[in-house]
Amino acid sequence: MNKEELQAYLGTLGTTLSFEEGGEWINLFVDPSEIRFVMEKLRTDDQLGFDYMFCLTCVDWKTHLSMVYHLSSTVHRYNIVVKCKLDRTRPEIQTVCDIWRTAEFHEREVYEMFGVHFINHPDLRLLILPEGWEGKNPMRKDFEDEVNMIKL
Amino acid sequence: MFTFTEEISSTALGDMVINIGPQHPATHGVLHLVITLNGETVKKVEPHLGYIHRSIEKMCESLSYRQFIYSTSRMDYLSAHINNHGCALAVEKGLQVEIPARAEVIRVLMDELTRVASHILAWGALAMDLGAFTPFFHAFREREMINDIMEETCGARLTMNYMVPGGVMVDIHPNFQKRVKALLQQFKDKLDEYDELVTYNTIFINRTKGVGVLSKEDAISYGVSGPSARASGVSCDIRKIYPYGIYDKLNFDEVVLTEGDSYARYMIRVKEVRESLSIIEQLIDNIPEGDFQAKTKAVLKLPKGEFYSRVETARGELGVYIVSEGGMTPYRIKFRSPGYSNLSALDHISRGSKIGDMVAAMGSLDLVIPDIDR
Repeated sequence: MNKEELQAYLGTLGTTLSFEEGGEWINLFVDPSEIRFVMEKLRTDDQLGFDYMFCLTCVDWKTHLSMVYHLSSTVHRYNIVVKCKLDRTRPEIQTVCDIWRTAEFHEREVYEMFGVHFINHPDLRLLILPEGWEGKNPMRKDFEDEVNMIKL
Repeated sequence: MFTFTEEISSTALGDMVINIGPQHPATHGVLHLVITLNGETVKKVEPHLGYIHRSIEKMCESLSYRQFIYSTSRMDYLSAHINNHGCALAVEKGLQVEIPARAEVIRVLMDELTRVASHILAWGALAMDLGAFTPFFHAFREREMINDIMEETCGARLTMNYMVPGGVMVDIHPNFQKRVKALLQQFKDKLDEYDELVTYNTIFINRTKGVGVLSKEDAISYGVSGPSARASGVSCDIRKIYPYGIYDKLNFDEVVLTEGDSYARYMIRVKEVRESLSIIEQLIDNIPEGDFQAKTKAVLKLPKGEFYSRVETARGELGVYIVSEGGMTPYRIKFRSPGYSNLSALDHISRGSKIGDMVAAMGSLDLVIPDIDR
């Protein structure tokens, strides 16, 4: 499948999907309520087979948070970006770490750095930050720390 | 899909929790592992990170596109050039600049020299983890030659900061070609000695064969990349599958083995040293004349959008994800570091093995802690 065919095929997977133009890969927007369903399809569909998650991160847009999943297929060599808009005051999303095991560590990093709560994550604890940093989210844009932060 | 990590049952002896690190020679840095043991059998390995976390991603948000590249040499300090290359590629994707042919060749030469230095250090360090001290000094002898070459051209031995958006910072030193050729000659003599010393050593083979086996499906699911994944039969060399720079015009093989054990991960590195040396040999007499840097503006501004570059470092796939709002500084930068994902597989591959074998498995993953912590 070329890029257009892949995009048309992806469009049939869910009801809340939308696409964003630009960028080198297809950007797929998914509603948080549908993320599990779409991600499982992306992983198990024979035509797609996105078995390798090479990046999972979050971006703080000040008005909302955006989860960004970079997926790749080792069979077909497709790459796509899945994005998911989250509420900034109470960010919650279903975990995907039983679909891609690498997500377990990456979600823990996003949890402590951005405060996103991953529902059904088996071990959602601080990984990098020391004890006592629960609830402080240093990668958020409005994070202030007079002692530890060096501004350049 | 993937196999679930096996639960190890306890015997009457009960469990014991021990800490390895944060200061321990086997962890190659400040990595802290909390290990649950039953007798000598590993039940669970739980990494605790953050002892060298500098939050480079946050720092980069206030640095310009020229400045932020310098902080990336401090991530995986054994592949500093390749980290810089990845960042330069991501910025160049936004700037749409044409890189002079000379700069492209110099970049690849530097990348491969770094890879050789990193792999022979991994070779020595793995042997040291298993109790053999001599190979480590042999590895340092050759690595020293590479560091000297770097120092002459870039002025630094470890944190090079040599690649900039548009090319490389300065031209190569007049001695560069002569010294690289001497290095190639040195390696021709020494690589067989390396094999004799470690690769065909019975004790080494017994300690690593069948230890820490990672299947192909698990390697993909855990996001393992680089030599560690190629030892499990995953064809994942970014230089081959998504070529960048001039890698698509070069003649080299992607080394893939299928055993997935510590010995296979070790063998991949030994074979990759030879491949890297052959790349250097192809290029060293064919450095084109011309500029070493494209003309770029003094202040770089990337258009609004997202730019992602993938490069193959000595440890695996490095991803540089830049989100730009059109200003002078990136809005958000994410470094997908190979060590972070490789470490996540450690628990899976060492459960049920003896604690001594866990050290062999960890050594063969070739972890660099600043790369994991960023």
